[in-house]
Order: sequence, then structure tokens, then C-alpha cells
Amino acid sequence: MNRLQKILHSTTILTAAAGAASAQEELNALVWCDHTDPALIEPFEAAHGVKVNLREYEGTGAALALLEQSRPGDWDVLVIDGIDVFRAVEAGILAPLPTDQLPTGDFFPEVVMADNNSVDGVTYAVTEKFGYNTISYNSSKVDPVDMESLSTAWSEKYDGRISIYDYYLPVMGMAAIAKGIKTAEIGSDDLAAIGSELSTMRSHAASVAGVVAAQTALATGEVDIVVGGGEWLTAVLAEEQPELTWTIPKEGAVRWAQSIGVVAGTEKPDLALEFVKYIASPEGQARLATSSCFWGMPANAKAGEVLSDDQKAILRWDQQPDYLALTQLYPAPDADLDIEMQDLWLETLQQ
Amino acid sequence: MTRMRDRITGWGFVAPALLWTIAFFVVPFVVMGAMSLATMKGRTLIWGFSFENYAELAEKAYLWRAILVSLEITLTVTVVSVLLAYPLAWIIAFRVPERWRRLALLLSILPFWTSYVVRSYAWLLVLAREGVVNKALIGLGLISEPVTLANTRFATVTGFVHFFVMLLTLTIYANLIQLSPNYRRAAMDLGANALQTFRHVILPLTLPGIVTGAFLTFVLCIGDYVTPQILGGNTELTVPQVIMVQLGRRADFPLASALAIVLMGIVTLAYLASARWLRLDRI
Repeated sequence: MNRLQKILHSTTILTAAAGAASAQEELNALVWCDHTDPALIEPFEAAHGVKVNLREYEGTGAALALLEQSRPGDWDVLVIDGIDVFRAVEAGILAPLPTDQLPTGDFFPEVVMADNNSVDGVTYAVTEKFGYNTISYNSSKVDPVDMESLSTAWSEKYDGRISIYDYYLPVMGMAAIAKGIKTAEIGSDDLAAIGSELSTMRSHAASVAGVVAAQTALATGEVDIVVGGGEWLTAVLAEEQPELTWTIPKEGAVRWAQSIGVVAGTEKPDLALEFVKYIASPEGQARLATSSCFWGMPANAKAGEVLSDDQKAILRWDQQPDYLALTQLYPAPDADLDIEMQDLWLETLQQ
Repeated sequence: MTRMRDRITGWGFVAPALLWTIAFFVVPFVVMGAMSLATMKGRTLIWGFSFENYAELAEKAYLWRAILVSLEITLTVTVVSVLLAYPLAWIIAFRVPERWRRLALLLSILPFWTSYVVRSYAWLLVLAREGVVNKALIGLGLISEPVTLANTRFATVTGFVHFFVMLLTLTIYANLIQLSPNYRRAAMDLGANALQTFRHVILPLTLPGIVTGAFLTFVLCIGDYVTPQILGGNTELTVPQVIMVQLGRRADFPLASALAIVLMGIVTLAYLASARWLRLDRI
């Protein structure tokens, strides 16, 4: 083989290798930040020899707008707020899922949420993670007994030491619970009562903060209580600041849940389904539950076999039966009520 | 023939900028204008020709309040920034020896080198209840309990002023440095004292630099989302924050577009008010 032939051979091999690399299958997922933890994604990529491209979003409205403007096949997987699955189905964004391939039988029964994840009897998504919007606090600065009741958690006693989580649905859900209104039954007629509770809450609050700002405020001592906080806010700080904790008051609190589904029109339905199955598996669930972005309870109870005792203690694994019984799902308003609730929220913020 | 060639050459030079402006300003602006006339029925977007969104701006108090809050913050920031930047620019232009001037300018714009978001979070920590400012005030015995500084309008204004003083210092300095020292000498020769010289000679001549910087400050400040979101603690909402709320959950692009058009209207009014003194060639 002369020199030229060697060069040609080498070039051919390199070109073929590069081609193979670029031909590596890719999966595009629109997700929340907890899915961007490499510890969660890399095992799936290695097992399937694929690359998972992740894009974070905030707010269902933004995600639906992005998907509606995309071409079919641009996106393969969607993570979405559990109460908004029907919106995605209405918009034709989610594809049906084969229920026989999903381990929902191993899930905590309360979070299977078949009604939320299906439309007209067809399942479009599966719950992957849940947690609580309740009261997070600094146990060295406030009386923990006061945090056991919604009437004292945001009372005058803690004026200027409270931050409210900046998402109207769970916070209005908590205001409703404080007024004895079930979150699933909130209607236009209840908004006056909810509004008065929100005003009380707002009048004692130092700030209304998003995830990072609320966490920073609690960690730096800017505030001592976060209304709407929960394990997702304090769990990642558990080692460094064990005094930051959370509780579910006797009146109850709000339960959040996120779901995952396959995007309609995907060109890789099998791979997308494999990803959903991986996330719903005990291993995937344990990794998702302890993601570096935020922690939350895995929907699959078998993840308990994978999580360490310390991790389960932080997640309050053993108290889940009580918590699940005491909490109510996010309010899930229809479009008109949603507008009314948002208007009320913005009016309260502008007071 | 030559005239025709000149014309074609002229258009050739202008075309890239023109196409850029059409593609990235005119087209988006027209789309936004059209979107502001559409409506949402439930969660469905209905294209049409309706002023419903603008009527909503008049009806809903929190929308009006957002416009007022934005204006109040922006005007405060602009005035405070000018008052701080002018003496700084003056000192750099006339009091700092020429060989140190470059370094002085560099130092005055050094904070520009850090990320805008990081800088805002840094201010949040500085102004926190257990932050540097409160600790210093307590240490000096001026207060006994920490005062609330973070998550207030004061914090938002502070974050903005920190940024815009740098910008204004540059525009005012550029104007000051072009002034011939002969103007001052002539005024002094004619019997004017330092204050009169400044008031009747220097200030009018540097007005274009001040107004240009102030206008840029106004435009950038009123459309900013990051600073009020991080430092204001959502204790009151500005127009960009309300726009984000419309997009995030509801995907209400028509109302968000109407708010953005109102914002552009305010900026246009600010431009008209300051157009007489705007001299971009002075910066």
C-alpha cells in the first residue's frame, strides 16, 4: 500500500466514524430543570447509545406556545404540570401511551391520577414526581408549633419575615384550604374569600419570590418562612442548613405533581417511550427524586428500594401516607376561572 | 448615467442596514401590532381586529398600576443616575490628570464586565437583612434592628442606578471632553463666577450628552425585566413583569403584545420629549 492509498484509507475510516457519530440517534425533550441532571440522563444515554437534548421551560403556556410553533418531529418527550395534561391533549401535543408498558401498579395510588393523565379514557401521560406546596421555615427562627396551623403561619407575628412562592395556583390553593374550601371545588364565588386570605398573607410578606429567590431568601435569613415552599425548596439544603425544614399544617396543604408523555408526531416513538419507561422505573425515579435542581417524591413507590436511608429521611418517606391523606391536588381551573384567578393574584401583588 | 450609478451605489450601501431593520424591527413590530388586535377565547387565539386588549388595560387596575410603577421607577432611576454620573464624568474629564484618565474611565465601567444577573443577585445579598449594609449600620450604632432594604423599590432603583451611572458617565464624559476650555476661560474673562459659568455655559453645551444618556437610560430601564424581578421581590409589578406573567402561564400573546405596544408608545413619547437635545453624534 503506497502512501496515497494509506491516506485515502485513513480518510475513509475517519469519515465513516464521523458519519456514525453524527448519525447517533438523538432524543429531544422539553423538560423541567430536574431532568437536566447528568446523573439522571447519562445512564439512559449509555444504555441506548443515544444523545438526549434537553430544553428547560417555565410555565405551561410557554411550553405549549413553543410546541405549537414547532414542526412535527422536532420534540419527542414533554414534561408537564400534572394538572395541565388535558391542555396539551386539547392542543394535540401528546400521543397516547400504552398503559400496559407503564409500571403504574407500583405507584403510590394517590398520584397515579388517571383522571388527570387521560382524556376520554386514553392515557397520554404518566405521573413522574410529586411533592407539596406547604410551609417551609427556619426552625431556629420561628416557633415550629406556629407552623402547624395556616392561621398562625402567616399571622402578624411573622410580619416582614415571610416570602410567598410566586405561583398563583398553589398559593391560592393554600388560601382556599385556610378558608375551608376544597381546591378541586374552587369556583368564581370563592374568589372573594380566597382574595381576602391572600391579602392577609401579602400584607405580612416581605417578598413574592420564584424558586431560586425563595430558596436564597430562606438560606440567607432574609425571611424565615416561605408560604408555598416544601421539600423541593429545602431538601437540597438539608446537609448544609438542617434548620431549614418544612411541615404540612393541620388544615392541609397543596400537592403538586408533574407528568411525562410522548409528543405527538415524534419520529422516534419507540425511543421516546423507552425514555418515559426509564423515568418511571425505580432507578430513574430515584435519580429524578434527588435531582440536583430540586428534590421531590418519586411517583413509583419501588424507588424506595433504590434510595438510601438518608435520602428517604430527607424526603420524609415514612410520613407519606399521612401527607397524602392531608393534602389536596393543585387547583385545576378551566380557562375562564384561570383568568379570574390570575387577575386576582396580580391585583394582590400590586396592592 | 453617473447619477443613476450613484443612486445604485447609495442603495447598495444602505441596503444591509435597511434589510436588517426591516427583518428585525419592522416585521416583528407589525406582527406584534397585529397580535395585539387578536383575542384569546378561552385558550384559543382568535386573529381579528379588536381593541379588547387595550380596553382591558383601561379596565384592570393592576395593569394601569404596572404602567405607573414602571414610569415612577424609570424616572427616579434616570434623575438619580444623571445626578451621580455628571460629577463623576466631570471629575474624570477635568480633574483627573490626562495620563490617568483612561484608567479612571476603565474603573468606572468595570462593573459592566460582570453578568447583569449576577450583579443583581449580588445586590440582593448586599441589601439583605443580614447583608453588608445592615451589618455596617448596626456596627456603627445607627440602627439596632436590620431594616428591610432588599425586595423593595429602593433595591430595584439601587440596582438600576449602579448600572446606568456607568452608561451615563460615558455619554456625559464624551460630551464634556469635546468642550474647548476656551468657553470657560471666555466666561471667566467676562466676569462669570464658577457657578454662573457652569449654569450658563457648560450645562447648556453638555445638555445633548445628558439627554442622550438619559434617554438611553429611560429606554433600557422601562423595558427591563431582570432587575425588578430579582431585586424588587415582586412587591410591585412593572410592565415587563406583567408581560411575562401573560406569556408564562396563559400564553396570552395578544394582551402581552398590547402591553408591549403601550411600552413602545411611552418610549416614543420620551423620544419626542427629548428629540430637541438628542445628539447621538456627541457620544
